[in-house]
Amino acid sequence: MLDGRSLVKRTAGLRLWLSAGWLTALVIGAVLAPWIAPQDPLMQDLFTSRLPPFWMDGAEPGYWLGTDSLGRDVLSRILYGGRVALIVALIAGTATALIGATLGLIAGYFRGWADLVISRLVDIWMAFPPVLFAILLIAVMGTGLTSVVIAIIVIDWTRFARVVRAEAMAQGAMDYVASAQVSGRGRMSTLLTEILPNVLSTITVLLTLEMGIAVIVEAILSFVNLSVSTDDPTWGGMIAEGRLSIHQAWWVLVFPLIALFLTVLSFSQLGEGLKDRFDPVLH
Amino acid sequence: MSALYQIEDLRLSLPDMTRKPMFGAAPRIEILKGMSFTIPKGQVLGIVGGSGSGKSTLGRALVRLLEPTSGSVRFDGTDLTHLSEPELRPLRHRFQMIFQDPMSSLNPRMSVARIIAAPLSLHGRPNPREGALEALERVGLPRSFGARFPHELSGGQRQRVGIARAIALRPDFILADEIVSGLDVSSQAQVLTILRDLVREMNLTLAFISHDLSVIRRLCDRVLVLHQGEIVEDAECEALFAAPKAAYTRELLEAIPEPDPKKPWFQRAS
Amino acid sequence: MSFLKIRDLSVILRGTNHRLLRGVSLDVGATEVMGLVGESGAGKSMIGKAVLGILPRSAKIVSGSIELEGVDLLTLPPRQRRHMIGQKAALIPQDPLTALNPARRIGPQISDRLVDILGWVRARARARAEEILHDVHIPQPERVLRSYPHELSGGMRQRVLIASAFAAEPRLIVADEPTTALDVTVQKQILKLIFEMQARHGTALLFVTHDLGVVSKICQRLTVLYGGLVMEEAEVGAFFDTPTHPYSRALLAATPRHTDPTADLTPVPEAVIAEARRAVAEADQRWHA
Repeated sequence: MLDGRSLVKRTAGLRLWLSAGWLTALVIGAVLAPWIAPQDPLMQDLFTSRLPPFWMDGAEPGYWLGTDSLGRDVLSRILYGGRVALIVALIAGTATALIGATLGLIAGYFRGWADLVISRLVDIWMAFPPVLFAILLIAVMGTGLTSVVIAIIVIDWTRFARVVRAEAMAQGAMDYVASAQVSGRGRMSTLLTEILPNVLSTITVLLTLEMGIAVIVEAILSFVNLSVSTDDPTWGGMIAEGRLSIHQAWWVLVFPLIALFLTVLSFSQLGEGLKDRFDPVLH
Repeated sequence: MSALYQIEDLRLSLPDMTRKPMFGAAPRIEILKGMSFTIPKGQVLGIVGGSGSGKSTLGRALVRLLEPTSGSVRFDGTDLTHLSEPELRPLRHRFQMIFQDPMSSLNPRMSVARIIAAPLSLHGRPNPREGALEALERVGLPRSFGARFPHELSGGQRQRVGIARAIALRPDFILADEIVSGLDVSSQAQVLTILRDLVREMNLTLAFISHDLSVIRRLCDRVLVLHQGEIVEDAECEALFAAPKAAYTRELLEAIPEPDPKKPWFQRAS
Repeated sequence: MSFLKIRDLSVILRGTNHRLLRGVSLDVGATEVMGLVGESGAGKSMIGKAVLGILPRSAKIVSGSIELEGVDLLTLPPRQRRHMIGQKAALIPQDPLTALNPARRIGPQISDRLVDILGWVRARARARAEEILHDVHIPQPERVLRSYPHELSGGMRQRVLIASAFAAEPRLIVADEPTTALDVTVQKQILKLIFEMQARHGTALLFVTHDLGVVSKICQRLTVLYGGLVMEEAEVGAFFDTPTHPYSRALLAATPRHTDPTADLTPVPEAVIAEARRAVAEADQRWHA
């Protein structure tokens, strides 16, 4: 067992560092984009259109990852697009987690009518096809960052509510919860001191997964032009545009795809890695 | 001796969720079918029975983790039967519980000192941390154990932490629910010895739930034998072992394999 | 002649130097009941699992031999080893709840073994399953064969597992704490049944338990383990009269006796544990040298 566990620990450590590394780089790049981006992400220049990335013939210095068909710098657009992706990931992810986990904890620990109401609501909610639901919501609210964030929260809180409810129910049946009751602790206080710390690792994993999902959803919505305004660079938008010129300039499609892929992967691995690292029970 | 607990015609039923119809309420299973007994102050009462006898449910009704369906549970003159949780709270420090599984009864994310100190600070006792470390010493564990986490302890040590938490509030009554059934015999004897000494030193009243009559004999003054939700025998410990009255008590006694090959237990098949 | 012969068996925690079994040797005669006793972590279950080739992945046999009827299992290629174990040995597991597949009926769970290992045809295996359920005193065996595990009580499930273990007429049965999860009254019936089946089939039985009381009732010999090391091996009669090893004496003293009003609780003294630990450390030193 020890051997298996140490192996898990080692790979978990590597996972944690790689994913945290990529995400840190991305955050720095996105925050400092106005200063470090080599070009203006919106500047069109047909003289520099479809320049290849730096290692290929015909590349121009200053356009490291090449340019798209309108001559806009791919690297700069990825950096700026990262801002949108990260804002959506952080705000939508956190808000979804807060709302879903709170409802899940209440349903799972207090049970009774609260559970009845929340569980039925989750059941009904999950019967809607999520992507159609999102498109419908945005059609009503209008496009824009806020709409994207709200759409993600509205659709995905059920994921947290369901999992956290099950976890809270399991923890609620443990004797240390009964023990807290015997020593006279109130219900709310028991929820916060006994149950919450034990479901926190589950919430963390879900939260990072959710951040990855938020990034994908945002990309899908920008792909179909329902996210932020078409002027602002987004990864989904870049992928949509790059698709049209894949035979002439593959880099316009491939680099934002790689950024998207690494980011989503990093979020999910970060969650697993954090859980392994900070769970005292696993040590 | 005056009675600490007076239990009269205690009944408890729970809904049977496995047989719940799609609409309407689930049928109820009667777990405690009318029990009456008293626990005098300072007595060590053994409660014995097989699975499904209702012994754990009875214990949980005594410390009001479960609410009885009917009948009454009086603790030192106060009727606990249908008190709400907020009404119970000021009384809770007087009756404590030690749980069967020390692993699941200790929050894995808290240090031992915090686990024991939590009830102390909850009831506004001064200097809870010091109180917790003193309780640790009382159960024969060094103070340095306060910094450890439950998963770093052996089974016997964990159960001693469970005892420390129960005695830290200096309660009048402790319910011990199968507290040695998961332990090895060596730590079992140790935990029982510690508990017995504490009962004497702190003048505790103890209800000791177990499926094992041989453990009960070493610890208890009096024994209740439960079978399918009813008390089938209520006797002084020595009397029960010398001359068991109920057929079920005799069956339980005969089922214990005593470590002695010379005493026949069942006939060897030919 | 002994049917099962284990010599100097050492098992380590994979990837470490830590030994779980420290050079265990023991013999079980062809129709003998041998008790393996010890506290948690003593390695008693590990021995049974090593014999049956069902050690967890984290454990690895590093030295020694396990002979069944003179054939060393550890030198056989894996396929042959599995085949031989399947034909000659069987397990009565600890937890009747998890040992049966909840999604399948009882009948096929018993007869599968007969088809797989002995190569019987289905019909014959089914007839045998019914017969063996009858042998373990299950009323209406044909009904039980069609039941799912959750429809049976804990005691009944354990009967099914005993039947299943004896169905293929193995020569050795490893019973791994088969009554720990049961009520005392049910425990007695189950032990009686195992004992009766063992006597009738003339099987060797390796009985793993933490309960010296149980050992005194059904075993002929016993082996006391501590930390994966054999402390004492003795005839049951002699052992309960005068255990020779201090650790065994302490273990016996700590086992409560309900019939003796004067007997008191005697925890295993620290000195005895320290002595046993020292023996373990010495064994390790010799092994690493």
